[in-house]
Amino acid sequence: SAAAEGNKDLEGLFAVYKPAGVHWKLVRDTVEASLLKGVNLAPPAPPKLAVQFQLLPRRSEVTADVTLAATLLPVLAGTPMVRGPQFQSLQVGVGHRLDVSSSGVLVLGVGQGNKALTDLYRTHVTRCYTIDGEFGMATDDFSPNGRILEKTTYEHITQDKLERVLAIIQGANQKALISYSNVDLQSQEAYELAVRGMLHPQGKSPPIVTGLRCINFTPPHFTLEVQCLNETQRYLRKLLHEVGLELRSSAICTKVRRTRDGPFTLQDALLHKDWTPDSIARAVKHTRPITKAVQKAAGLSRPVMRSTVELKQDKQSSDSTEPQTATAATSGHFLPHRA
Amino acid sequence: MVTYSSFIYRIFRQDPMCSPIMHMCQRCIILLRSSGLCFSSSTNVVWQHPISLNTTFSQHLRQVVPLRVTVTERTPEEKWKVCAERGLCTSGAPHGLPQAKDKRALVSYQPKTNATPSLSNIQTVLDLDAAPPLSPFEEISDEEALQIAVTKCLPPVTFSLRDYVDQSQTLTRLVHLGVNLWQLDQRRNVGSMLVRLDFQTDVVPRLLFLKDLGVEDSQLGPLLTKNPFLLTENLDNLSARVSYLKSKKFSSEAVASMVFKAPYLLNFSVKRLDNRLGFFQQQLGLNPSKTRDILTRLPRLLCGNLQPIKENLKVCELEFGFRQGEIQHIVTKVPKVLTANKKKLTQIFDYVHNVMGVPHSLIVKFPQVLNAQFLRVKERHLFLQYLGRAQYDPAHPSYISLDRFVFLPDQDFCTELALSTSRDFEQFQKTL
Repeated sequence: SAAAEGNKDLEGLFAVYKPAGVHWKLVRDTVEASLLKGVNLAPPAPPKLAVQFQLLPRRSEVTADVTLAATLLPVLAGTPMVRGPQFQSLQVGVGHRLDVSSSGVLVLGVGQGNKALTDLYRTHVTRCYTIDGEFGMATDDFSPNGRILEKTTYEHITQDKLERVLAIIQGANQKALISYSNVDLQSQEAYELAVRGMLHPQGKSPPIVTGLRCINFTPPHFTLEVQCLNETQRYLRKLLHEVGLELRSSAICTKVRRTRDGPFTLQDALLHKDWTPDSIARAVKHTRPITKAVQKAAGLSRPVMRSTVELKQDKQSSDSTEPQTATAATSGHFLPHRA
Repeated sequence: MVTYSSFIYRIFRQDPMCSPIMHMCQRCIILLRSSGLCFSSSTNVVWQHPISLNTTFSQHLRQVVPLRVTVTERTPEEKWKVCAERGLCTSGAPHGLPQAKDKRALVSYQPKTNATPSLSNIQTVLDLDAAPPLSPFEEISDEEALQIAVTKCLPPVTFSLRDYVDQSQTLTRLVHLGVNLWQLDQRRNVGSMLVRLDFQTDVVPRLLFLKDLGVEDSQLGPLLTKNPFLLTENLDNLSARVSYLKSKKFSSEAVASMVFKAPYLLNFSVKRLDNRLGFFQQQLGLNPSKTRDILTRLPRLLCGNLQPIKENLKVCELEFGFRQGEIQHIVTKVPKVLTANKKKLTQIFDYVHNVMGVPHSLIVKFPQVLNAQFLRVKERHLFLQYLGRAQYDPAHPSYISLDRFVFLPDQDFCTELALSTSRDFEQFQKTL
């Protein structure tokens, strides 16, 4: 139908900025309700007509004659007031989820675009997070709202020590990545894949951190940037807690924010005020080439994304984290350095 | 030999190869179904514009084709007999049924009558030694065609009002009024109730009553969609309740707007309304005119559950620490605080008082803050804090008033309060 054709503008993948403190399902439901509202605004098809015989008033009181008039009248059973709105639900799917206290890029798919979500899962794309931490405390769920388990000092911590700990963690994760990717590093092609950063785990694996660096260090607050695979936000908080432990102190995680999910970045993400059909249609159109690339990569079962596209986007995202940029962070590198 | 079941099937089959007159007959049957008229043998049929061919049938019908026929009152028994003689009784599935089932079908789909036809009548109808029933191909005169009575082919049980809306005058007129039948379908028993109503005796007096009250024509549809039970409420009770409200010095316009905003108001008995008005008078401790003003602005206070209202008042007093006079002022300015969600109210008060550092006196001055969206307040406060402009104390310079902080749209907030651009605000929001 004409209305269903019009909905093709909305079908595809797009990224949304999930605010902290909101469940991901509420985000998905809000977007679906907003899209339905827009889609049901379209004027309905003209109602079907049917012949009805109507009784006209009597011409004369004397005779018992009755006049019937045959007229074409609209059939009310097909109108929206009786049948209901044309669209009562839309298929809106969610990509990699974010828990309640985290914020950041959340990929959603509409209609046929949901097929690209499974492709996004299959291409083993990495995600990039910024984690804010605070030294001096340890809690049971690694966040400021948990029960405090211990309090420690942190004056002995320097950036140098922090970097060393991060390097150790990265090294361990790199070994895990190699072992889970089932390649023999003694072979030439495996070496080339590792150089280009195209190793990825085959099958199920625990969370693997492919890149880790410190963006900001002003004790007791510090910020880490993490690039990872197969992670959960709780794991990232635990990672931060372990960094604190390694530094012979303790740390809690105050903020977890996803800056990139595969090829979808902060720039593409729509804020709450833009969760309207027009903005979403524009965003879907804008990300259509990315969606096509994801589907193509999944089809070839080759993670084309990770090497060139992700590197470029990581660089861009690191440059534009704050509106008024502070002093440039340490140059750092994203890929694990070779042992 | 033509069997009974196949005969029924043929009568109701639309066969374009039939002769024009017979085809017209068949069409007549189907089209007259809606009016359900039944004609006696002494009919005067006058076709003003004779219908010639199958293809031009619909074209001719677009013009008014008056037929002058004589209608005589028939008893239901006679109607049934005519039906039976012609073998044109409908059942749910007319074709492919064995004879025994047809017998039962005849009895069950009989229109509601006082005197049911006896079994002997039916047996004589199905007498196989009698003359064979009429063949569908046999030409009959116009008078005989009009004598064919057709009963309404409506499903006896359905899950949606759309099966009845075109045949029922009440439902058609309700749809024209603006009532959303689909929404009413979702509710249990409302559909059955609406179908049983008679437009002239049930609906019209209540619509006139509402109009006299002051409800606009355009508001009647949405009102009935929210509360269809107004159509079954006793008119004396309704007028008693309205006169009670007027005796409590609510003006006519106030009553009309209250009825529109809280559609279930007039379904409450006088005693219940009295209790509720007394409750608000006692709990809020305001003078009668102020109480009346609050209830006129938010009449769903009178219709909803009173327990959450009591709890909200206690929360304001004990958890937030407002004094009685302050609570009265807040409720007068923003009555929605009484029906707000306790958890959300606590969350926003906690943020405004503890994180933003706004004292009680200032919150009382700008109670709209308690009605605002938590995320909006949080994002705006953090942006102002980032810019170093988060100063809400009127005693100090460059003060930001809370009502503008909450009420201004994003664009104006950025330019006037934050003295920044909306693009900066968007980029900041993406760092939270």
